[in-house]
Amino acid sequence: MTPAATTFQMPRRVAQSRSTTESPFVRRLLIGVALIFLSLFLVVPLVFVFAQAFAKGVGFYFHTLGDPNAWSAIKLTLLAAGISVPLNCVFGIAAAWAIAKFDFRGKNILLTLIDLPFSVSPVISGLIYVLVFGAQGWLGHYRDAEQPWFLWLQNWLNEENFKIIFAVPGIVLATIFVTFPFVARELIPLMQAQGRSEEEAARVLGASGWQTFWRVTLPNIKWGLLYGVILCNARAMGEFGAVSVVSGHIRGQTNTIPLHIEALYDDLNIAGAFAMASLLAFLALVTLGLKTWVEYQDARQNTAEEKISL
Amino acid sequence: MISVATKQIRTKRIRVLPGFRLTLGFTLFYLGLIVLIPLAAVFWKTSELTWSEFWHVITMPQALASYRLTFGASFLAALVNAVFGLIVAWVLVRYNFFGKKIVDALVDLPFALPTAVAGITLAILYSHNGWIGQLLEPLGIKVANTRLGVFVALTFIGLPFIVRTVQPVLEDLDPELEEAAASLGANRWQIFWRVIFPMISPALLTGFALAFARALGEYGSVIFIAGNAKITPMLIMDELDQFNYAKGTALAVVMLVVSFVLLLTINVLQWWTNRYNTTSLA
Repeated sequence: MTPAATTFQMPRRVAQSRSTTESPFVRRLLIGVALIFLSLFLVVPLVFVFAQAFAKGVGFYFHTLGDPNAWSAIKLTLLAAGISVPLNCVFGIAAAWAIAKFDFRGKNILLTLIDLPFSVSPVISGLIYVLVFGAQGWLGHYRDAEQPWFLWLQNWLNEENFKIIFAVPGIVLATIFVTFPFVARELIPLMQAQGRSEEEAARVLGASGWQTFWRVTLPNIKWGLLYGVILCNARAMGEFGAVSVVSGHIRGQTNTIPLHIEALYDDLNIAGAFAMASLLAFLALVTLGLKTWVEYQDARQNTAEEKISL
Repeated sequence: MISVATKQIRTKRIRVLPGFRLTLGFTLFYLGLIVLIPLAAVFWKTSELTWSEFWHVITMPQALASYRLTFGASFLAALVNAVFGLIVAWVLVRYNFFGKKIVDALVDLPFALPTAVAGITLAILYSHNGWIGQLLEPLGIKVANTRLGVFVALTFIGLPFIVRTVQPVLEDLDPELEEAAASLGANRWQIFWRVIFPMISPALLTGFALAFARALGEYGSVIFIAGNAKITPMLIMDELDQFNYAKGTALAVVMLVVSFVLLLTINVLQWWTNRYNTTSLA
């Protein structure tokens, strides 16, 4: 190799690497900018929650959490999530089955309508139930109606003084609304991508509809389903705006954890508010951890299936 | 003859799997009961107002001020997120560094952290004796109880949208395109602007629209830090607290119409993004 050839090749290699990746300086600069931005907006607030929660010591922390009103808020939050997550799960599976396994007209409209609750402001999500079930709303009009459709129903409602708004049923309904699309929007694209051939094969081999679902469909969608459930649960336990409109803020009765945080904050009990908030911040960390684990499991299952099909 | 045969196969194919009527029926029933009928109540309640009353409510000075603040802060927050979100997505896809997986998982924190928690945290953090607030105070910058506070809260909640829409597109980019551009003599900057950016711009726009749409309706993270700088959802809440349901509902109609238009725009953008992806693959 002549010296001329080496001097010719060297700059060419350098030029090419510069064009397909950045110089170490630019690289470090970009990583630095990204990390500073993320620490400022994510890490500092997260650390701050726990720092404030324990600012008045561990004793105060557990005193706040042991308060009867705090307990009732925790129980109400678990109840609302415990009802809304399973219901939206059943809905998500049913919707995904109908949309992914069959052809019908208006599918795109249905998909858009399912996503609708995501684009509605939380305050409006609460408001709509006040308009339906509140004293000024449809239910209120019905209770005062002179000639109602079902007299026994009107009598029963008035005798029992059945309340939805400013009571627990309203909180559950608002939670169902804001978490409505989570499971469905995870499962629909997943089941559409998987197609229907496996289920059809199971049916042809003599499996019943339920057997097909339990033995073929469910194992295929389990990670996507779990992913949707995790996100749905996080939102259900943390919802604030919608629940705030329908709750009525009765301490010890209709306050969820986020509403109890607001009440403590308004009392200027900042350490108490952050103690409650730390519960939800911890839930958020668990959610992120589980989500990452599910993504990893799903990727592993996919690569394993690719190997088998090869 | 052939067409009859395929037709028979198609109808048979539909009948192989059970449960179509059950699942679609339940889907429509549940959708109607939980979403459509209650949403229709908004328009029913607004019809109690005459057109001029409605117009008067939605154009009152506080309402106009709240639209300016809501749209302005949401737009700026989405813009800031577009710039930094693109950098974060780029760094996560292209480079390796210590703790990358944790950083990647942490990006979703604003999705997972309840808005009330984010709200009180940012309000205290940026107050005059909070960790960040006391650093900004000597510079004459006040965040808590100002419009700047609204912007900070909306930036926080919109952060994951752009990262999560741009990231998969960046991952799927064919390195051969960049190599081809380089072999034709383009420098790194030219390759970014002329090759990479046009391919990720639909995703970037989609992410921007998603962050903007989310910010418009946001309530929980904003109320604690906003003080008297009222965004439209706070104005609706004030009317509801005073039992002015018709007024609050009129403002809600404005917000709903804007959200529906945005939802439509996002759907078109997503279709455009996917089209771009499939053409680049082909």
